[in-house]
Amino acid sequence: MITSFPKLLGATVITLKLLSASLFFGLFLGLFFAILRLNKNIFINKFAYGYSYVFRGTPLLVQIFIIYFGLGQIEYLRSTVLWVVLKEPYWCAIIAFTLNTGAYTSEILRSAFQTIKPGIIEAGKSLGISNKIIFYKIQIPIAIRQSLPAYGNEIILMMKGTSLASTVTLMDLTGVAKYIISTTFKPIEVFIVAGGIYLFMTFVIHNVIKYLEKKYSFQQ
Amino acid sequence: MELLAFGKTGWGDELFYATLMTVAVSVTAMLVGFLFALIFTPLKLSKYKTLNFVGNFYTTVIRGVPELLVIYLLFFGGSGAIMYVASIFGYYEYIEINAFITGAVAIGIISGAYSTEVFRGAIQSIDKGQFEAAKVLGISKFGQFYKIILPQMLRLAIPNLSNVWQITLKDTSLISVTGLVEIMRQSYIAAGSTRDPLFFYSFAAVLYLLLTYISMKLINKLEVKYSRGY
Repeated sequence: MITSFPKLLGATVITLKLLSASLFFGLFLGLFFAILRLNKNIFINKFAYGYSYVFRGTPLLVQIFIIYFGLGQIEYLRSTVLWVVLKEPYWCAIIAFTLNTGAYTSEILRSAFQTIKPGIIEAGKSLGISNKIIFYKIQIPIAIRQSLPAYGNEIILMMKGTSLASTVTLMDLTGVAKYIISTTFKPIEVFIVAGGIYLFMTFVIHNVIKYLEKKYSFQQ
Repeated sequence: MELLAFGKTGWGDELFYATLMTVAVSVTAMLVGFLFALIFTPLKLSKYKTLNFVGNFYTTVIRGVPELLVIYLLFFGGSGAIMYVASIFGYYEYIEINAFITGAVAIGIISGAYSTEVFRGAIQSIDKGQFEAAKVLGISKFGQFYKIILPQMLRLAIPNLSNVWQITLKDTSLISVTGLVEIMRQSYIAAGSTRDPLFFYSFAAVLYLLLTYISMKLINKLEVKYSRGY
């Protein structure tokens, strides 16, 4: 139990790297698709809806497998620059996680945008503020505050999702835990240590989000 | 298309049975989850601190730890634990647990934690007056729960339970690591032998989409049924 701790802690770094990278890219992707969802053009709208439907309706495992095993099959891709990225399981995992969290984030942000009262936007307009500034200075800050609780859940779900990286040979926290279990046959001890690390991360994320919620709450 | 042919030449029938397996595991896991929820929801709502702690411990740990880790724990530790229990009763032979049971129980434990939260929320949002009125009318505890609380609770719980079902359905893809032949495992086998992973994994994605789509339609009907009178 004690000997496995440093190994698992080392693997946690990979888990955190995967998590932060995919959340960072996923946030932009989510914002992009949330804006598309609000577009009045039916094709753009349907396209964004289709994206979020497909990525929310299929297991993350399938998405990783398609990207890691599936895309390598396309001969053309192998000859392009993209192959440098796609042959690495690390980047494939990040791409899959980004696309997945992007779909959930776009839904969260969309509903946040839709709950903004029209009066606020109208007030901005009547003050003569340009549409662009209304969007960046009024709508986005309100939407971010609105979506904080749901986004906190999404971060925790994504943190648990990074465990799937272990299925494409990455040695993240779950990958190392599985390796130690299968070599030492001590599942319970390893589960306690690895599970404890995950729980600690959940605890930290939960409290950071709670703090942010309080800090940016409307009633001050 | 010939890859999906039924019979010996294609993978159609294999994938069809794999889909049935996924549905079977999901339904079993969901029922196991209800069983867990039935035990832990009262604990979470209990007046006693210790029981509260047990209930909270279950939901917090399971919802904070990756599903894959829980599956590995049961897959590697499950037969050991059962053999230990059996050895107390004087049975020392090797016991191997079926992959279906391991998978259904592992996913069931996970979905149970989510169901517990859903039921707790639903019960807590029922007006206190309903409990009191039932008590005043002298209805037995059993009758209170089945005739008054449960019908009201279900209406509130069904939309959230439908989310739990979707999560459970998608989580079953993780059991493929234990070797149970469901959609994901079958696609893995097919992809390996035909060297066409792109096609089979995409097809698996379509199957999952189909399952989520159909279940959404069915759940919507249930929702209408249980919100009669509102």
